[in-house]
Amino acid sequence: MWFYPTNGKENGMEKIKIENVSKIFGRHLNQALKLVEQKKSKTEVLKQTGATIGVYNANFTVNEGEIFVIMGLSGSGKSTLVRLLNRLIEPTSGNIYIDGENISKMNKQQLIKVRREKMSMVFQNFGLFPQRTVLANTEYGLEIRGIPKEERRLKAEKALDNAGLLPYKDQYPSQLSGGMQQRVGLARALANDPDILLMDEAFSALDPLIRKDMQDELLDLQQKMKKTIIFITHDLNEALRIGDRIALMKDGEIIQIGTGEEILTNPANDYVRTFLEDVDRSKVLTVENAMIRPISINIDVDGPKVALQRMREEEVSVVLAVNKLREFKGYITADDALEASKRGEGSLVNYLRTDMPTVQKDMYIQDVLSIISDSKTPLAVVQDEKLVGVLIRGVVIEALSSSDENEGVKENVPAT
Amino acid sequence: MYQLLDFIPSIPVAKSTEIVMDWLTDTFAGFFDVIKESGKFSMERVTDILEWIPPILFILIIAVIAFFATKRKFGLAIFSIVGLLFIYNQGLWEELMNTITLVLFASILAVIIGIPLGILMSKSKFAEATIQPLLDFMQTMPGFVYLIPAVAFFGIGVVPGVFASIIFALPPVVRFTNLGIRQVPKELVEAADSYGSTGWQKLYKVELPIAMPTIMAGVNQTVLLSLSMVVIASMIGAPGLGREVLSALQQAKVGNGFVAGVSLVILAIIFDRLTQSINKKRQE
Repeated sequence: MWFYPTNGKENGMEKIKIENVSKIFGRHLNQALKLVEQKKSKTEVLKQTGATIGVYNANFTVNEGEIFVIMGLSGSGKSTLVRLLNRLIEPTSGNIYIDGENISKMNKQQLIKVRREKMSMVFQNFGLFPQRTVLANTEYGLEIRGIPKEERRLKAEKALDNAGLLPYKDQYPSQLSGGMQQRVGLARALANDPDILLMDEAFSALDPLIRKDMQDELLDLQQKMKKTIIFITHDLNEALRIGDRIALMKDGEIIQIGTGEEILTNPANDYVRTFLEDVDRSKVLTVENAMIRPISINIDVDGPKVALQRMREEEVSVVLAVNKLREFKGYITADDALEASKRGEGSLVNYLRTDMPTVQKDMYIQDVLSIISDSKTPLAVVQDEKLVGVLIRGVVIEALSSSDENEGVKENVPAT
Repeated sequence: MYQLLDFIPSIPVAKSTEIVMDWLTDTFAGFFDVIKESGKFSMERVTDILEWIPPILFILIIAVIAFFATKRKFGLAIFSIVGLLFIYNQGLWEELMNTITLVLFASILAVIIGIPLGILMSKSKFAEATIQPLLDFMQTMPGFVYLIPAVAFFGIGVVPGVFASIIFALPPVVRFTNLGIRQVPKELVEAADSYGSTGWQKLYKVELPIAMPTIMAGVNQTVLLSLSMVVIASMIGAPGLGREVLSALQQAKVGNGFVAGVSLVILAIIFDRLTQSINKKRQE
């Protein structure tokens, strides 16, 4: 079910571009802007000018087919930012481009056209119209565009069918559970067939199990539909789970943009670091992030003397064995190497132990935890059969508990 | 001290009001006449039709409406039959029809004027700031005061009665419409906007349907207020049950006053329960 994070650039065209966008609520806008430029805090600006910073100087681009998550605590400006994209809130300054067209300069008619054809929004509390049936809700976007009754009914029914909600089409929203209501919200958005989906805390009002289902559904859907999705959330696990890239916001400013892994491994500052503390890192870190450099010998060439020498050098009691192609073969303990040396054997092939489990480099830590706890030995990390690292229990736990030790992990080049 | 206050001559508010009123009456005399004549004509026709319906049929129709409006319960239907039969029995049928016409005209016109005003208030801060004090003024001013301009504009009869009733009954429907639209959850307004609704689409597809229960509560209040104006309007010659109450008062006939009063109460209860049940139906 995991949606593998992809590099945004691979998805092709730039869909949304935001340039120096700010939103300040209240009066004395210029004065407030100046104070923010001087790095005054949100509270200070409010005290001095009475203006509230919604969003300050936001810049980013979202590529076509990407899920771009905007994450932050409440009051960080993330909901304001998403509303600037369809101008439910008017930006104070800056430019917003969708498909190269400047949304912020559009007149009312043009804006209505863009809202009708290019983007649909999904709301935290579903935003369903209580007096309309599920079907009539789903039809809403098509109805206001003036699409003939028959056609919009067919399209809406198809959208509901995709969401598995067709049997409920004549019910009213209040008769459905929260998860089903949000499915209707999503079906209503998709019935319009927009390029862009704006999802404002779309799953935050749902209980955790339903939320996870909905995330899965969204990812499945995205596999098929390839929409450009802007997803707002305050939940880092959700952000990491569904986001191709994540923008972290604090006090109206974007403080870091990157893939989940980039943010986890290189938090931009202390704020991001504290934010990351409660995340379940095992779901995000891969084996590669936690493995260390393997100490190995070439079993085809090296004899007991070389093995013992390597162990002394590195102060370990085990070396991993590879062949000429660096393919993982097993391991040699210090006791065995000593024994072989005493007997004067030239090769260690007969002393090779093979009961060490191997894991792939790009597996998630979460998925290898059980292997680690069952295994008496460390784990060998391989990629295309070749040994690239070793996973030691202590290091894994360390990696899961903090992000400060990552420097060591970063330079794990396989030893020669 | 007191002499100091007396230095300021009395401001001629009453006099200037009179001048303005005279000017209005003179300038728009033709306009007022047209309204008066056409209003009188259409109201008399409606009363004629109501009186033409045989009382027993009329009572049955009301009972059937009451039965279905209250989800097939017999309470209001039985009350309507007994109450209306009582009014008929007391020889007040014609007066009842006159009163119903007056209340219908006053409340329908109040709703036609009031709902757009309420919508305007909900959409514009400026409109709200100007209309709000006007509504306060209209509601606190004693109902009798409205009779004066009513008479000035339309003379004596049923039309000035309706005019005074409209002014008196207008505020609730305006206020409730404004309130109802402002109370539409923000997320639903955003949903309507985000799908590219025009202002009108948002209004009649989202805001009005959602505000409807609140608006209907205002309509209910407006109907009852215009009914309560019936007695006052009879002072300037509006026919109906109110005139019976008034003449009983003038001749100190306790019994007649009681009968006419009870008839008004019966009518009020039927009107109130009927408009309320329409509202309840909508909410389900």
